[in-house]
Amino acid sequence: MKKIMMGDEAVARGAYEYGVTFASAYPGTPSTEILENISKYKEIYSEWAPNEKVALEAAIGASIAGARSLAAMKHVGLNVAADPLFTFAYTGVNGGCIVITADDPGMHSSQNEQDNRYYAKFAKIPMVEPSDSQECKDFVGYALDLSEKYDTPVLFRLTTRVSHGKGVVELKERKDIEMKSYKKDISKYVMVPANAQKKHIEVEKRLKALKEESERSPLNKIEWKSKEIGIITSGISYLYVKEIFDDEVSILKLGMTYPLPEKLIREFAEKVDRLYVVEELEPYIEEYVKSLGISVIGKDLIPNIGELNPGIIKKALKGEENEYIELDLNIPGRPPMLCAGCPHRGVFYVLKQKKVPVLGDIGCYTLGAAPPLEAIDTCVCMGASISGAHGFQKANEHNGRKQKIFSVIGDSTFFHSGITGLIDIVYNKGNAVPIILDNRITAMTGHQQNPGTGKTLMGENTQEIDIPKLCEAIGIKNIRVVNPFDIEDVKNAVDEAMTTDETMAIVAKGPCALIPPKPTGECKINQDKCRKCGVCLRIGCPAISKKDGLFNIDPEQCTGCTVCMQVCPFDAIEKVR
Amino acid sequence: MQDVTSILLVGVGGQGTILASKILTEGLLNEGYDVKMSEVHGMSQRGGSVNTQIRFGKKVYSPVIDLGSADIIVAFEKMEAARWLKYLKKEGTMIVNTVEIPSLTILIGKEKYPEDLIEILTDKTKTITVDASKIAEELGNIKAQNIVLLGKLIKYLDLRNIDWEAIIKENVPEKFLDLNIKAFRKGLE
Repeated sequence: MKKIMMGDEAVARGAYEYGVTFASAYPGTPSTEILENISKYKEIYSEWAPNEKVALEAAIGASIAGARSLAAMKHVGLNVAADPLFTFAYTGVNGGCIVITADDPGMHSSQNEQDNRYYAKFAKIPMVEPSDSQECKDFVGYALDLSEKYDTPVLFRLTTRVSHGKGVVELKERKDIEMKSYKKDISKYVMVPANAQKKHIEVEKRLKALKEESERSPLNKIEWKSKEIGIITSGISYLYVKEIFDDEVSILKLGMTYPLPEKLIREFAEKVDRLYVVEELEPYIEEYVKSLGISVIGKDLIPNIGELNPGIIKKALKGEENEYIELDLNIPGRPPMLCAGCPHRGVFYVLKQKKVPVLGDIGCYTLGAAPPLEAIDTCVCMGASISGAHGFQKANEHNGRKQKIFSVIGDSTFFHSGITGLIDIVYNKGNAVPIILDNRITAMTGHQQNPGTGKTLMGENTQEIDIPKLCEAIGIKNIRVVNPFDIEDVKNAVDEAMTTDETMAIVAKGPCALIPPKPTGECKINQDKCRKCGVCLRIGCPAISKKDGLFNIDPEQCTGCTVCMQVCPFDAIEKVR
Repeated sequence: MQDVTSILLVGVGGQGTILASKILTEGLLNEGYDVKMSEVHGMSQRGGSVNTQIRFGKKVYSPVIDLGSADIIVAFEKMEAARWLKYLKKEGTMIVNTVEIPSLTILIGKEKYPEDLIEILTDKTKTITVDASKIAEELGNIKAQNIVLLGKLIKYLDLRNIDWEAIIKENVPEKFLDLNIKAFRKGLE
């Protein structure tokens, strides 16, 4: 049977067909749909972990127990999970285990565009890179076999266009793979120095064997055509090369990209007149080819910044460009913005007026940095808000600068890595004020459950972790739970935080406007009372607009959250339903 | 048409481009075409400019459409039509929903919504206008605008022979089925 599938969905199908029974992940674009789709197969136990490190450690535990397992994450998630990864490389597996990294060249929804292929080399584990959805499915099976044969985790590298691209996939039945038995083996699984020192020697031996595997791997193959030009490529870049050159050039397509196949590359390079490497982001393959003393053209022509596309390759290698229609017209940009009815809006409105540094985090609320709210000063990585605010505050204090410092962090991000920052504040007697924006869901990645929502990935009810109680247990003296749709309530809490020296946390608890039951209220501007001051525009609500001098609220978008009503100085906005 | 047809669906996050493209690709697959599609999820969905790229033919490689290489652009909003025009082939066709959705800078009065967009587009390329939002509203729910536009695209592609209504049935909730079938038929008119 054939089905059109997204790359992530095909990876999930691969997990099903090739006998995975344990999968864990923390949501992150473009990897989120892997676990969302895995959760549809009852044969696989799947869960959202609080962060990527926990997800990988759980997958390691499942592998040691004997199950085929996987952990999935976006590229920056692998930074979080890097600690277990490097030692997992030493212990090796029992049941096959793959670690999926979904990179985001072009940063469609990320804070950087690091090239995670270097992680394979760094951790000394094999890596596979599919080009399309069919390969996404097939390579899962290959990678699991590789993992078990060579006793190693396998890095499974995707990029946005592979993860979110769709293509035709041939489906097969699930293979019945029995869970392996578990045998206690201290020299293999207890990485104390004496054992780890021996293991490192094995890892180096394993790499040599894996290099031989790469030489004969069906994933690495030459497509011989004209030998005037030879192109070495992998992943999505392979499809772009095929699009531009079709059958005009010879191609060495690499599906197993660590270790790289030295002999195969030499054979290919010797037989073509001119050799290119076409790869997205860093010169990962190019550096290796050059290290073999082979002359090759890569990043001299192909940019290492942003995504590639067929047009870039055509221009770089053929010197040709498509003709296109240009408009001599200023088209206003359309950046994403906080939704109408978003619970974060009121908090940002209050914070902006205080003119205090607000250290931000990763999630929808990062949009609070955009005009007109401009309420956030920083966005670095998951969890960096609370800890960053603590450092900011301590540096100020130590150098004699007096200033109140705030941070904002979502519920899911707080569980991910905000808690340790809060412990830092309490332990080291700081007074930066965290505001936990608890919108009851992991919103930005498309509404996944988290430890605070009371539901698991597989749809079961579970214990809801109580954020205020957690803050209390950590030792926060003053915890204020506010309704983010009530500006006065938020303002009072922030005012109190401005003056107190004790450790304080604010929890703004209000549901995301997009989760059911969706709010259905409506506010309207009374044109007789409206003095056209424009204050309502300062909250950056997509439902409120100014046209031909008149202010209006779009009833289709309005949820009746009343934030605009509360900021209007002339009581010109009324709640009509 | 040539071997591979490239279609770009562009609009504003929340307008339903993803569902329309899902129905389209499933229909094309049933008909035996090789199909590739690309879309981006995540941050851009929060009211930002969104696009879905669909390519079909005997054999398709790239899921991504380049500047000047789309055969058809279906713009769910006028300003997005103008923004993405550079992706259209010179001899390509623009199907545009005549609705205006202002972006933030326009909402707060800092920039103006560009005027005479339909005239400008018509002057530059073959342009088909559809009042899809209005048609859907008249049918009872503006959300069905995506299916009206899908109908228009199917009509233009001359792919009526595929059983689209069956695919729509598989992809929309029962209570919205009637609305979406009507919307699709309106688009085909």
